[in-house]
Amino acid sequence: MSDKIGEVIEASTGQFVAECYKLHSPPPLGGLVKTSEGEIEIYGVVCNASTESVDPGRRPIARGKDEASEEGVYRQNPQLSKLLRSTFDTLVVGHCKGEGTSPLHYLPPRPPRVHSFVHSCPQEEVRRFTQSLDFLNILLAARINSVDEIVSACLRQASSAHPDRHAFLVKAGKELAILLGYELNRLNAILRRIKQ
Amino acid sequence: MNESNSQGKRLGIVVGGSLTEGIDVKLDSATPIEEMAVGRYVVIEGQKSRFFGMITDVSLGATNPQIAITPPDVSDPFIAEVIAGTGTYGSIHVSPMLTLSGDAATIITGPQPVKTVPAHFSLVREASEADVQRVFGEEDDRHFYVGTPLDMETRVCLDISEFVKRSNGVFGKSGTGKTFFTRLLLIGMVQKQSAANLIFDMHNEYGWEGTSEGNRKVKGLKQLFPSKVAVFALDEESSRRRGVSTDSVVEIGYDDIEPEDIELLKDTLNLTQPAIEAVYQFSRQFGEGRWLEGFLKLGGGEETKELLQKLSIHESSYRNLRRGLERLRRLPFLVPQARGSSVQQILAYLDRGMNVVLEFGRYTDVTAYVLVANILTRRIYDQYRERKEAAMGEKRAEPPPLVITIEEAHKFLNPEVAEQTIFGTIAREMRKYNVTLLVIDQRPSGIDDEVMSQLGTKATYLLDNERDIDSVLMGISGKSELKTVLSKLESRQQALIFGHALPMPVVVKTREYGSPESYKEFGFREAAEFKRKAEKDLKELF
Repeated sequence: MSDKIGEVIEASTGQFVAECYKLHSPPPLGGLVKTSEGEIEIYGVVCNASTESVDPGRRPIARGKDEASEEGVYRQNPQLSKLLRSTFDTLVVGHCKGEGTSPLHYLPPRPPRVHSFVHSCPQEEVRRFTQSLDFLNILLAARINSVDEIVSACLRQASSAHPDRHAFLVKAGKELAILLGYELNRLNAILRRIKQ
Repeated sequence: MNESNSQGKRLGIVVGGSLTEGIDVKLDSATPIEEMAVGRYVVIEGQKSRFFGMITDVSLGATNPQIAITPPDVSDPFIAEVIAGTGTYGSIHVSPMLTLSGDAATIITGPQPVKTVPAHFSLVREASEADVQRVFGEEDDRHFYVGTPLDMETRVCLDISEFVKRSNGVFGKSGTGKTFFTRLLLIGMVQKQSAANLIFDMHNEYGWEGTSEGNRKVKGLKQLFPSKVAVFALDEESSRRRGVSTDSVVEIGYDDIEPEDIELLKDTLNLTQPAIEAVYQFSRQFGEGRWLEGFLKLGGGEETKELLQKLSIHESSYRNLRRGLERLRRLPFLVPQARGSSVQQILAYLDRGMNVVLEFGRYTDVTAYVLVANILTRRIYDQYRERKEAAMGEKRAEPPPLVITIEEAHKFLNPEVAEQTIFGTIAREMRKYNVTLLVIDQRPSGIDDEVMSQLGTKATYLLDNERDIDSVLMGISGKSELKTVLSKLESRQQALIFGHALPMPVVVKTREYGSPESYKEFGFREAAEFKRKAEKDLKELF
C-alpha cells in the first residue's frame, strides 16, 4: 500500500477534505490522491490546501520575535503542532472497483467515508490513471476558484509519471483544445502553464 | 480495418460532401497538410466498397473563427503542435471517381464508376501503388505505359485499342511537352500494332528524329521501328540535308486541288468571300481538276476581262484571288502534273500496316500544311469509306484502323471551316469508317465545340487561358475540380489525361523518353547489339 498521508474529515460525492497527519505536509497542488469506500477506490486531485488553528475560535498569534529561525519557534512551542493542522481539498475525478481494476473516469456511486485514509498515488498509478484524459472534463467543469491553475498543475504533475513527457502534454493539450474550443483565452492560459 | 503494407498511409476521415460536389475530408492532425497536393489519389474505405478518388482542393479550417482574430502563440512549438489538428485543421476535397468493390461486376470489368458516396467518418488513406495499379492496369498487349501519377512509381497505362477507336486530342501551351507525348502515343500505337498511322509532321519531329528542349536529339519513329514506318517528304532537299532516309517524295498536281481546299485557306491566303465564290465559278467554267491550271494561265488581256464579265466576277475579287493563288503556285511541291499518285502510294503503305510520316521540311507555313493535309486526307478518307462499304456488303476484309495525326488543329477544325473540311467530318462521324484523328493544338478554344465534344480521350498539359481550359474540360463531370487540377499543373511534362481510354482522369508525369534505356524498353537495339544477336542466331542455325 502506498503512503498514508491523511484522513478524510469532510466528504461529498464530488469533493472531500482531508487532514494531513503531518503538519505542513499536504500533497502538491494538482497531485493525485486516493481514498476508499469499501471496495471502491476513489481518486481525487488536490485543489487546495491550508493550515489553520484546530479551534476556529483561537487564531494563532505571532511568536517568533526573539527567535533567530522559524524552526526555533516550533522548538520553543511544541504545543503548536497539536494546535494547528493542515488540510487539503480534493476534487473527485474517478474511481475503480477494487484494486488492480482499470480506472473509471467518472464519479463514484458513493462518497468516501469520513476517516477513510488518504494515500498519495505512486507514479505507476498516476501513469495508469492518466492514460485516459477523460477526467479533464470533470476538472474543467468544477465550480471552484482558479480551475485552470489546478488543471495545469495536475497535468504538470502527471507528465512526470509518463516516459515521454512531451507527448503526454501534447496529447493533453489537444484534449483541452477540443474541450475549450470556444474559450481560446482559457486554453492559451493553460497551455502556457503546462509547456516545459 | 487492419494496417498492412499494401495500404497507404491514413490521412483523415470523411466529414461531409456529395456525389456531385465531391467529398470533404478532415485531415488527422498527424497528416502534414503541405504533403497533400491536388491530383493525388486517395482511397476511402466505405462500409461495403472502397472508393477511389482524386484530391481536387486543399483547405485550412478552424473550429473557432475567433482563432483567426486572436491567433495563439505559435512561435512556441508546443502550442503550435497542440493547436494543429484541434483548434485548426487541414481538410481536403476529394472527387470520388471509381468504386473498387469486390462484387462480380468489378472482377469482370474492373473498377466501376462511382454512383454513391462513402458514409460519414469513413477512413481516408493515400492510394497505395497496388490500388493505382488496379485502376490503371498493367502494361500488356493492349495497355501502353504513358507515365506515372504524381509522387508515385506505379505505371499509368492507356488502353491503346480503345484509344484508336475514337478521335483524340493532345493540348497544352507551347513548350509544355505536347510533341513528346504525341510521339509516345504514336510509338504506343506502332508498338501495339493497334492502328496504322498517318502523321502530318509539320516540324519534322516524329519521322526520323526530333529535338528535346535542351537541343538534345531524340529518336523518331523510323529509327525505333524501321520496318514499320515509312517517311514521306514534301521537301526532299531538306530531308537529305538532315540525313533522313525518305521512302518517297510527295508531289501534288494542280488537278488534285479542289475549290473546297481553297475555301479552307481563306484566312491564310487572305481571300475575300466573293473571291471564294469566284473559285467555284472558275471550277464550273474550266471543269473540275483543270480549274487551277486554267486560272493560273489567264493573262491580263481582253479575254480575261470578257470571261470575268461573263462569270460576273468583280475585278477586285479576281485580283484578290490571283494574289492568293500565286502564293500557292510558289510552293515547289505543287506541280501542274504530278508524277504518280502520292495518295495511292501512301494508301498502299497504310494497307500493309505501315505507318506513314509526312515530313514538311522547310514548308512549315500553315498554308502548305493545311493544303496538303486536307487534300491527302480527303482522298484517303474517300478510299477508306469505299473499302469499308465494300467490306460491309461483300464481307471483304475491313481496312485496318487508321489514325491521322494533325498539328495546329484549330486551322482545320475551327467553327467556320469544321463543317467543310474532311477533318471535321472524320471527327464527327468518327469510327464508322475506321478513321480517327489525333489532334494536337495549343489553342483548343479555337476548335469547333462539336468536334471537341466528340474527342474520346484528351490529354492536356498546362493551359492558362480561361477559354482554352473551358473548351478542353467541356462536358466532363467534376469540371470545376479538374479545372483547379489543370491550372496547377507544372509547366512541363505533367499532363491531365481523361476520357475513353482511361477509367478516370489522371495527372501523370510523362514517361521518360530520349535515353538509351527508354529506347530499349520499346524494343530498340543498338547496331552493335543487333549484330551480336544476328551472329548468335547464325551460329545457332548452322
